[in-house]
Amino acid sequence: MAKAFVLRAMSTVGGDDFWRGIASIAVFLIFWEVGSRSQALFGIAFPWISQIPAPSAVLQELVVLVQDPSFWMSALLSTLRVFEGFLAAMVVGIPLGLAMAVSRTFYGITFPVFEVLRPIPPLAWVPASIIFWPTQELSIAFVTFLGAFFTIVINVIGGAQAIDVRYFQAARSMGSSTWDIFCRIILPATLPSIVVGATVGVGITWAVVVAAEMISGGGSAGSVGGAAGGGLGFFIWNSYVGGSYTQIVAGMISIGIAGYLSSAVLRKIGKWLTPWLSQY
Amino acid sequence: MNIQQMAQSSQVISSPLGSQISVTNVSKIYGAGDFAKEVVRDCSFTLDRGKLTVMIGPSGCGKSTLIRMLAGFERPSSGAITLDGKAVSRPGLDRLVVFQESALFPWMSTYDNIMFGPRARGEDTPEMRAYAEELLHKVGLDGFRKKYPAQLSGGMQRRAELARSMINKPAVMILDEPFRGLDAMTKKLMQEYYSNLYEEFRRTTFFVTTDIDEAIYLADRILIMTNIPTQVRAVINVDLPRPRHVEDITENDDANAIKMRALSLLHEEAMKSFARGSKAAADFVDAYAKRINKE
Ligand SMILES: Nc1ncnc2c1ncn2[C@@H]1O[C@H](COP(=O)(O)OP(=O)(O)OP(=O)(O)O)[C@@H](O)[C@H]1O
Ligand SMILES: [Mg+2]
Repeated sequence: MAKAFVLRAMSTVGGDDFWRGIASIAVFLIFWEVGSRSQALFGIAFPWISQIPAPSAVLQELVVLVQDPSFWMSALLSTLRVFEGFLAAMVVGIPLGLAMAVSRTFYGITFPVFEVLRPIPPLAWVPASIIFWPTQELSIAFVTFLGAFFTIVINVIGGAQAIDVRYFQAARSMGSSTWDIFCRIILPATLPSIVVGATVGVGITWAVVVAAEMISGGGSAGSVGGAAGGGLGFFIWNSYVGGSYTQIVAGMISIGIAGYLSSAVLRKIGKWLTPWLSQY
Repeated sequence: MNIQQMAQSSQVISSPLGSQISVTNVSKIYGAGDFAKEVVRDCSFTLDRGKLTVMIGPSGCGKSTLIRMLAGFERPSSGAITLDGKAVSRPGLDRLVVFQESALFPWMSTYDNIMFGPRARGEDTPEMRAYAEELLHKVGLDGFRKKYPAQLSGGMQRRAELARSMINKPAVMILDEPFRGLDAMTKKLMQEYYSNLYEEFRRTTFFVTTDIDEAIYLADRILIMTNIPTQVRAVINVDLPRPRHVEDITENDDANAIKMRALSLLHEEAMKSFARGSKAAADFVDAYAKRINKE
């Protein structure tokens, strides 16, 4: 009881961890503010940090941006792409990983190919995917998909292969069919790994979508007038081309927040799906 | 294995007292060539219908290996295991194992764990649910039906696991050191719980332990095993009246005679492997020497 209470207290607003978090962010912001104003404050420009716009300036920019529908449009576009790519990665990756873990034959056939493709960075796929997908949109979604896909598959395989053999023995001797074992042993036993794979995967998806937007949308769209681009990556690239440094940083922060929110949502869903892991 | 075969194998239960198992000249060798390790050598014994046979032997002698073969998870290298005359070659509904460490499914509540077997066979009937409730009550877990295994104490987990096996009414029940690792108080409590369950559910039972008091308290017959590669060193019949009480046994002369005999046999076995330099055996000798001196 006491343990559960402490655990709950720590994760709520006002707990120790909460205040530590606030303090750490505050200290970080102060260093940043002072660093970027070092030229004005001390007469010397601190290396690197003095080139970055101060948080106060970025905040002003963000206040302007949140009132700008085109910024929200960019955020929405990126979110949609992340969602598409991530969803596709889950839909394809989970069954594939389970099949690879369950069937020795299937594993033997697919794993070598999988292991050769896996180390290729998703961004290395951008040119090829622009060539073989009919639209810019599809090629970005595909690269986003790859970002999460490999992580999810690897986690599913790892989770399913680590299941204690005694669970199978126990289930079999109580009369479980293969299908029953799959549904009531393999799936729930792999669920925690699926959640981990999804949480890590969605973070990678954000990293990939932004880069893909910069390369495919932003890079060439300067001349095409952004017709094919859009998204937060494109937004940052445009800000860079337009020379607005506060916008660059504001764009970066929005991505950070978006990534954090996606992981937080997935963690919540994960907790809900695996109640046996968090009940003590 | 398919469900059809399992369903058939569950119908061979010819007696309400369970089945008869014979182990004849069974050997088990792991690995091959230079890496070959003989764990069981030319081992023979029977598990009589409706009787509780306890196997006791030094740690690491090959008891769990024998159990895996009885359960059908592994095959003997040579020799035969038969159940009511039919060769045992795969796991079946007729033999249920309670493992040495808890094998409750962590993602299921106590109740769902207990109902696992019936549901696997499509028997989620009102009668079964009532029986699950009865078992929950018997093992003292009424208030814990919705808890996950991680929320139960070690003793509760073992009780939940006993209930999960019992509900399937196997023709042969196999328990591999089910109370190992529990503290002395909990262990005694568990032995009483188990003994009560057994009185009501008299079926062929194979119970493995390293605890001589536990063996005498529960057994109809005790098999004393040699060290690795293991085989039966001696068979001792325990003809004490049932139901038994732990207190009666400590004061019973027959029980003490059995205990002395078993201890001296085990002591001999332990000394043999002590001579071969086994640390586990040395600990075993020490522990028992202390106990004998105390009494
Ligand atoms: N799959 C295996 N391959 C090789 N050796 C094995 C295998 N399984 C068990 N052994 C060996 O067989 C011996 C007996 O193991 P087993 O688990 O059957 O003993 P035990 O009597 O149940 O011991 P404990 O009291 O520790 O439970 C051990 O030395 C172990 O290393
Ligand atoms: Mg063992």
